[in-house]
Amino acid sequence: MAAVAPHRLTPPERDPAWLRRVGWMLACAVLLWPLLVATEFQPWLLVQPDNLKVTRQFLASFLPPAHSAEFLAMVARETWRTVAIATAGMTLALVLAVPLTLLSTRVLSISALAGRMAALPFAARQAVRWLLIVLRSVPELVWALVFVRVVGLGPTAGVLAIALTYGGMLGKVYGEILESGEAHVTQTLLRNGASRLQAFFYGLLPGNAAELTSYTVYRWECAIRSSVVLGFVGAGGLGQQLDNSMKMFNGGEVLTMLLVFLALVAFADAVSARLREALA
Amino acid sequence: MSRRPNAQHAANPPYRLPPPMFDARCQACWITAGVLVLVIASFWSLDLRWAEFVSLDALRSMGRFVGEFFPPDLSPEFVAKVARGTWETLAMSGLGTLLAAVAGLALALPASRHHAGSPAWLRAATRLVLNGMRSIPELVWAGLLVIAAGLGPFAGTLALAAHTTGVLGRLFAEAIENAPPGPGAALRAQGVGSGRVFLYATLPQVVPQLMSYSLYRWENNIRAAAVLGVVGAGGLGQLLVFHMGLFQMGKTATVLAAMLLLVALVDALSYASRRVLTR
Repeated sequence: MAAVAPHRLTPPERDPAWLRRVGWMLACAVLLWPLLVATEFQPWLLVQPDNLKVTRQFLASFLPPAHSAEFLAMVARETWRTVAIATAGMTLALVLAVPLTLLSTRVLSISALAGRMAALPFAARQAVRWLLIVLRSVPELVWALVFVRVVGLGPTAGVLAIALTYGGMLGKVYGEILESGEAHVTQTLLRNGASRLQAFFYGLLPGNAAELTSYTVYRWECAIRSSVVLGFVGAGGLGQQLDNSMKMFNGGEVLTMLLVFLALVAFADAVSARLREALA
Repeated sequence: MSRRPNAQHAANPPYRLPPPMFDARCQACWITAGVLVLVIASFWSLDLRWAEFVSLDALRSMGRFVGEFFPPDLSPEFVAKVARGTWETLAMSGLGTLLAAVAGLALALPASRHHAGSPAWLRAATRLVLNGMRSIPELVWAGLLVIAAGLGPFAGTLALAAHTTGVLGRLFAEAIENAPPGPGAALRAQGVGSGRVFLYATLPQVVPQLMSYSLYRWENNIRAAAVLGVVGAGGLGQLLVFHMGLFQMGKTATVLAAMLLLVALVDALSYASRRVLTR
């Protein structure tokens, strides 16, 4: 009979899973290698003398931030344009999204009351859904690039890009909100002979109005952020000026505009949070 | 409770008016009026060129523009180039998210209060930094980092990492603060140092949450990486802007198709995996 090893009472000195942890980390490092190659990951480039000199010059030019009166006036004007592009884009997005939502909501189907939805309405609703998916999955920056080509530089391209992308997003989420709620009231109205629009206004809308509005306000906040980004492809507003200043290595102007942008985002955030609180 | 003395003698409780509705209503009507003013002022102040856009001429140029996309350039060498761009986009998003997860965790440590008695000196300051990093969009980061790191995917990776660090750091800090305190308290009572308390008590409890946040951000970052190239930060976006700038619309169409395919694929995969995981 083999001697039984004495039972060890003292806890192990080292982490018992140590070897396995190190093994996994090495395996991850090997998997990481192709990513490093593909992204030309060369951090030492950052500290190369030439690059470092450019970076240092650019960073040094950040201070003092640009604060001449005419520059500040221009920044204020462009900030308003940014908000205006977002608001106008959201308005058009609503104009696009509301009818599409009404067309695609399953709760408003009369044939579905009897069990299965009829083939034609089903196909129509599915088609609208696919349209919303397509609108939403093209990034707004790509829409903006395309519209800048067609209508030229300026806010029109930004407004249209936001309208299309956000129209798709709003339409999809409105549909989800309307379908996730209680359908009983709406169905009762429809069964008793109300038209679909009446069922929407008296059954579906009052039950979901707060949630719909709160999502819309949240999206408006997102639209402000994305209208700054759209400026980088020439759709006007703060982003376009920021891009120009960056290209001219004018750090002071960049810093001022970044600060204004951060303040704008924080302001929109606060407004939207307060509005949503008031709705809840 | 103050009650008027003669109210006690009344046979019926005194007739009360309903609360004034004017207040409740007026908040709503002020907000509505404000929104209307904002919308009207927006449309009025922007010089939107609708006439140019909806005129027959513009529609024709739009049609011509769309027509130029066809046929897309499907020659093998260009498709290989687009495939390389797609891989570059994926690699940028993957590496950017990974760097951000590491940096986010490193910043989440000072940004969270590990136990009730901890002074957490750096909490407010670190959170301010994280908020700043998060508020600057990826594209603006890319524009700034292109100056420091040069054109190419490296700048894009760093830009994604910078923005995502802000997002993940904040979420990680919340996760660490919300972790059940029991195991950590038990170790601390035994005199274990705070570093090992974090590694062996807090971290194992929050790792699943950290992973799910990181995967969610990765999904977002794939979409963001596809367009970052617009400012010269590599990936499909750079190809798109390059060929669009040269008016090679056939090639532009191929790049656009690849971009949409990538986004659709990511959406479908994430939708499917959510369905499988939540079933």
